[in-house]
Amino acid sequence: MSAMIPPTDGVAAFLARRARWSPLEIAFWVFAFATIWLFPGKHLILTETAILALFALSLDLILGYAGIISLGQAAFFGLAGYVSGLVAKYGIVDEPVVALVLSGLVAAALGFVTSFLVLRGSDLTRLMVTLGVALMLGELANRYSNITGGADGLQGVTIAPIFGVFRFDMFGHTGYVYCLIVLFVCFVVVRRIVYSPFGLSLRSLKGNTLRASAIGIPVNRRLVAVYTVSAGIAGIAGALLTQTTAFCSLDVFSLERSADLLLVLIIGGTGYLYGGLIGAVIYKFLQDWIASLTPQYWQFWIGLVLVAIVLIGRERVDGWVAAVRAALAGLGGRLVTRSAALGG
Amino acid sequence: MPILETIGLEKRFGGVTAAHGVSLAIEKGARHALIGPNGAGKTTLINLLTGVLKPTAGSIMLDGRDITALAPYQRVRLGMARTFQINQLFSDLTPLETIGLAVSERVGLGSDWWRLVGSRPAVTDEIVEIVERFRLTDVMHERTAILPYGKQRLLEIALAFACRPHVLLLDEPAAGVPDAERHELLATIAALPEDVTVLLIEHDMDLVFSFADRISVLVNGGLLVEGAPEDVARDPRVKAVYLGEELDA
Amino acid sequence: MLTILFDGLAYGMLLFVLACGLSVTLGLMNFINLAHGAFAMAGGYCTVILVNRLGVPFALGLPIAFLVTAALGALLERTLYVHVYRRSHLDQVLFTIGLVFMSVAAVDYVMGSSQQFVLIPEALQGHFIVFGIGMSKYRLLIILICGLLTVALQLIIGKTRFGSRLRAAVDDQRVARGLGINVGAVFAITFAFGSGLAGLGGALGAEILGLDPTFPLKYLIYFLIVVTVGGTSSIIGPFVASILLGIADVAGKYYAPKLGAFVIYTIMIAVLIWRPQGLFARSAAR
Repeated sequence: MSAMIPPTDGVAAFLARRARWSPLEIAFWVFAFATIWLFPGKHLILTETAILALFALSLDLILGYAGIISLGQAAFFGLAGYVSGLVAKYGIVDEPVVALVLSGLVAAALGFVTSFLVLRGSDLTRLMVTLGVALMLGELANRYSNITGGADGLQGVTIAPIFGVFRFDMFGHTGYVYCLIVLFVCFVVVRRIVYSPFGLSLRSLKGNTLRASAIGIPVNRRLVAVYTVSAGIAGIAGALLTQTTAFCSLDVFSLERSADLLLVLIIGGTGYLYGGLIGAVIYKFLQDWIASLTPQYWQFWIGLVLVAIVLIGRERVDGWVAAVRAALAGLGGRLVTRSAALGG
Repeated sequence: MPILETIGLEKRFGGVTAAHGVSLAIEKGARHALIGPNGAGKTTLINLLTGVLKPTAGSIMLDGRDITALAPYQRVRLGMARTFQINQLFSDLTPLETIGLAVSERVGLGSDWWRLVGSRPAVTDEIVEIVERFRLTDVMHERTAILPYGKQRLLEIALAFACRPHVLLLDEPAAGVPDAERHELLATIAALPEDVTVLLIEHDMDLVFSFADRISVLVNGGLLVEGAPEDVARDPRVKAVYLGEELDA
Repeated sequence: MLTILFDGLAYGMLLFVLACGLSVTLGLMNFINLAHGAFAMAGGYCTVILVNRLGVPFALGLPIAFLVTAALGALLERTLYVHVYRRSHLDQVLFTIGLVFMSVAAVDYVMGSSQQFVLIPEALQGHFIVFGIGMSKYRLLIILICGLLTVALQLIIGKTRFGSRLRAAVDDQRVARGLGINVGAVFAITFAFGSGLAGLGGALGAEILGLDPTFPLKYLIYFLIVVTVGGTSSIIGPFVASILLGIADVAGKYYAPKLGAFVIYTIMIAVLIWRPQGLFARSAAR
């Protein structure tokens, strides 16, 4: 897509303008925060949506920008989920925000340690290995049920008030504001990363690692770095889930969770940051609607949607997404529009 | 002291010897061409020089420093860059972004995740300068994938150049470029700064003889002849190799 | 201890029968079929219905399960899978995960979510004691059947014309097509056969592995491990990998129950680090 700039503009101005927050983006976030007051009765499901959005953002970072296919983000999500639950339950760390950061760091550490697994091998190997790590952690959590509560889940978790002041309430008001703020902060950081030279180098890794190394980019180091960051963000999402629900169970590690995440990104589109957010909203909406029709067999309809999307062709779905975005962009927004197709 | 030197370089793939006993010495500022029939091992040699392949024996010296064990990206940082015979570009990035990437990386901004691309004027100026030098200004905001082949080829060279190499390895830069766009390409290559040493692999003999001040002939993985263009052109062994090929073809 | 070896061997051979279809599919068409386990599940439930509810003898239930699942595989292959062959691996993964979800939910709806047991004939219950090793009769049967199947597979692939066409197509699809081999037909037949085998494995394994709607997801990782560790360019590779896996899993669960399944995941990751293409794969990158 070629930019529509007047020829007299300097390149620097072009780049600066591209990185600036567009009116549409600002409107998006204003609306997002406005939902606190617009939908007071829906805070519980909105919290889930915000968490899912953050989780999807973490996958978009590695999949949409660096081209790493992963079925195992649930590993980091779940690990941080349990860590945050355990530190709260046993009073190791009471302050939720500190626990959140701590859990995120633990998840990032796991990401760092396992990152070398995704450096080598084909897409299939990456899928396998990432899935394997997630399932392995799930198995571990299952085995050590005396610590994790096993299949029953982590019981007896109480989350202290944020900063000692904001108590988590039954209706999820505090929880939602908390999640939204965390989502926004993480989003700002990721947005910064994406528009930085580092972020640009990630996109080159997705395109052509051979050439990237031929122009001096230390490919492996960059992959490890972005994988670690992504793991940390996925971990923060997981910890948020535990903190807002005061509960954590084995399904945080499940294949379903990783698969749903991919679906969210496909619906929303990858490579422009808002795909995960928009996809999460649509997904949750779908889930709510279908669950009201057939509560038990949600999985069937999700499966059908996946199959349908693939049969229709992701490029066509991408195309629709791009068309919608282009239409919105025409309204004065200027989202990053490098909507590269997934995989290849 | 030669700026680029190989000593007894050898590469074996199982039973196939793609390079044996290749000893090359290239002086600073040289315009050195490497020619030879298809399958002679020219691209293998470039891959060995840049670190994409590891030699079975022998060593490579860049400006007096042994780089045989270094990874490709490390060699780039020491001042060696290359182009690929088949364009290896980033199809979703624009020429501006592509060159910007190489420049940022070179000045050490590559791992900067906080500052915005384009926020350093010196860097941006350099990017624009390179874009203009390689006549890509009119397409600098287009996705690489939709550029005409000649422009892509120019970008390919511009990208290597953006690494400000001391030694530039060009692997068949004119390959596949339509006649209409060749002139632009050749003029750009001729206009490369004099302090950049260029090693050129080419089949196009017009380009070779007009550009090179020294030619090496590679046949079956070994160096056959090396010398000034006129001498190489007259050498009977070279004629035999090429004419022999033409008779068979 | 030898009992564990015996049990592990049975488990491993069962895994092989279950997973070899997946391995061949992957090696042949470079297609990741995560829904493979769903065929196994289909075979299992088919046998349950036949033997438990319709009173069909067990010995007949097994081959019928094979045929039904093979037919199902052929049907799905021609109608759905064929559209997805040329897609990226990510697309294939999404597609087959979608199929798994659909099949799991469908089976849950039709058959309920509780675990099902196949009524094994009297003759197969109990065990022999041979040289102090307790050999369950059922597991012995599994070893026999799976062993025969393995030999038959090797013979088919090695000695028949179909086998040589299959090997050619696995080696290089384009060249095979150029030689006039109908690669599409080869694949359809292979896919059907592989699914049938999975179904048979599911039927045989219901007793040992436990049959419920979550079967395809529970055992997916095992199949993937077999394929990753064993590679996709031979029968021997997955066979050895399955046996190793079976024994390691049974032994692990017995000797270190807390770490049981953990062991095999560690093995898989260790192998993938060492040899990303699998233990037995050709060194040529795929």
